[in-house]
Amino acid sequence: MTHASMAAPAPKTEPNPTPVTPVRNSGRYLYAATVILLCAWVLVPLYFLLVNTLSSPEQVSTFPKSFIPEFDLGSLQFFAGFQGILNALKNSIIVASMTMVMSILFGAPAGYALSRFEFRGKETFRVLILLTRAFPLPLLALPLAVLFIRTGLDDTTFGLALVHTTLALPFAVLITFSLFSGIPVELEEAAWTLGCTRFTAFTKVVLPLILPGITASAIFAFVISWNEVFAAAVLTIENRTLTAFLLQTLGEAPLHLKFAGGFILVVPALIFIFAVRKYLFSMWGIANR
Amino acid sequence: MSPRLLPYALILPVTLFLCVFFLYPFILVSQQAFGSADGWSLEHFRDVVSYWKFPISMQNTLLLAAAVVPVQLALSLLMATMVTRMQKGRDLVLYVWTIPLGISDLAAGIIWLAIFEQSGFLNSMMVGIGAIDSPMPFLSYQNPGIIFLAIALAEIWRATAIMLVILVAGIGLIPKEYYEAAEVFGASPWQRFLRVTLPLLRPSLQTALILRVVLAFEVFAVVVALGGSQFPVLMSEIYAYQFDLQNSGAAAALALIVLAISIVFTLVILRALRVPKGATI
Repeated sequence: MTHASMAAPAPKTEPNPTPVTPVRNSGRYLYAATVILLCAWVLVPLYFLLVNTLSSPEQVSTFPKSFIPEFDLGSLQFFAGFQGILNALKNSIIVASMTMVMSILFGAPAGYALSRFEFRGKETFRVLILLTRAFPLPLLALPLAVLFIRTGLDDTTFGLALVHTTLALPFAVLITFSLFSGIPVELEEAAWTLGCTRFTAFTKVVLPLILPGITASAIFAFVISWNEVFAAAVLTIENRTLTAFLLQTLGEAPLHLKFAGGFILVVPALIFIFAVRKYLFSMWGIANR
Repeated sequence: MSPRLLPYALILPVTLFLCVFFLYPFILVSQQAFGSADGWSLEHFRDVVSYWKFPISMQNTLLLAAAVVPVQLALSLLMATMVTRMQKGRDLVLYVWTIPLGISDLAAGIIWLAIFEQSGFLNSMMVGIGAIDSPMPFLSYQNPGIIFLAIALAEIWRATAIMLVILVAGIGLIPKEYYEAAEVFGASPWQRFLRVTLPLLRPSLQTALILRVVLAFEVFAVVVALGGSQFPVLMSEIYAYQFDLQNSGAAAALALIVLAISIVFTLVILRALRVPKGATI
């Protein structure tokens, strides 16, 4: 484009670049405007939730609504004082923590095996793990509800954590697979020649390098459990998690309780994405092949 | 331990866990769905399919998926190509665009409730600019179209990020040489997108679409938060069977129907976007 317009017979006195620049510039403005618009598309609804959460219970239901938060903690205080909600919050944290530990504990060894060994059935194993994601996993909660009553796991945080681990485990395997693949096997081999066993080479060389990535995938497992609604609502009655509690009170709960609850659900998400932002793409890049 | 057995020992925990909590429940759910007082039967399926809410909840689920997934695909492709040619502020923009990735469907439903409820921000805005005189009950039964729109918007808002992440990672794997070659031969940006990016992105598109479509059939909390009982979908019907009607056989049968739809769509996507044999990046 540029060369063509330069070569065009231009008057000798003033080379006129105007045919090109406005088009370029308007393209750039359009680009910037679209980026800003799409950022606003994500952020503005979150801002509205923040305004509602930081308004007094009366202000939440008044009309018309102020677009600026009044920084009143009334809604959040009401949330904290609502019967059973702190217990639900505690259950959510317990279930998510158990899910996090179990999915890494079971998933990471398999990820290591996939990245370091050639063995019979490896490809089948990998494909089967990939395929689990094509199944609507929350549906597993239905038969497990019956099974758990028989084994005494019904309405326990541990029982729910087992289901959430099933959700998070395929991701944990694939993500740790991609993380381990990013660490050169030569490092381990060097450690072996220097007198390490397979195990000590792992703990002294690989583990320190992989730890940040493992943390990121652990956080990912935590959020999968924290956000899960269907299985939590099916499997718990007394020991509800926050999502199950909010879902079951949606019908009758006052608006300010819903918004404060939604806000408490969103906060860990913001921290989570910020904490793992470096790993988000490397995790997904290879893990999805 | 001998090196031949070590990998098997390492994948054993996952395999056992998934056998107990993934395979076994599928056997159980089929037993529940096909079982009845006298052996095997299709009784639960007949009950479920003939119930008056079945056609409407099936239609709602499919329509929602058909409305949401194409928009998300286009939007995430646009965002992904914009991000890859961004020089300044790339990390910040990506952070903002991926925030919804961590937000649960229930929270997304509540967020859009803040906008669409009667004393919500949309009404405040429209009264503010004088478009309407008094707040409208957007989410009441008189406005099924607006309920659908609100749910679709909430779904697009929440779940585009997951496709974006997969596509950005996929575009990152395409070698720059292809673009340089295309440029040398005079391809316009649009041609480069159509002839280089899209074909080479096929594996990522496949993954993104499968994940999104399966999740679209599982839509539940967003719908409950915004539509309540006005907008029945398959998952909310399963929930109602399990809890309100205490009919776990029917719930299991409906669950198997959702499963079957998911598998059919997965196979269709795998086939439609298959990578030709021997073609790799």
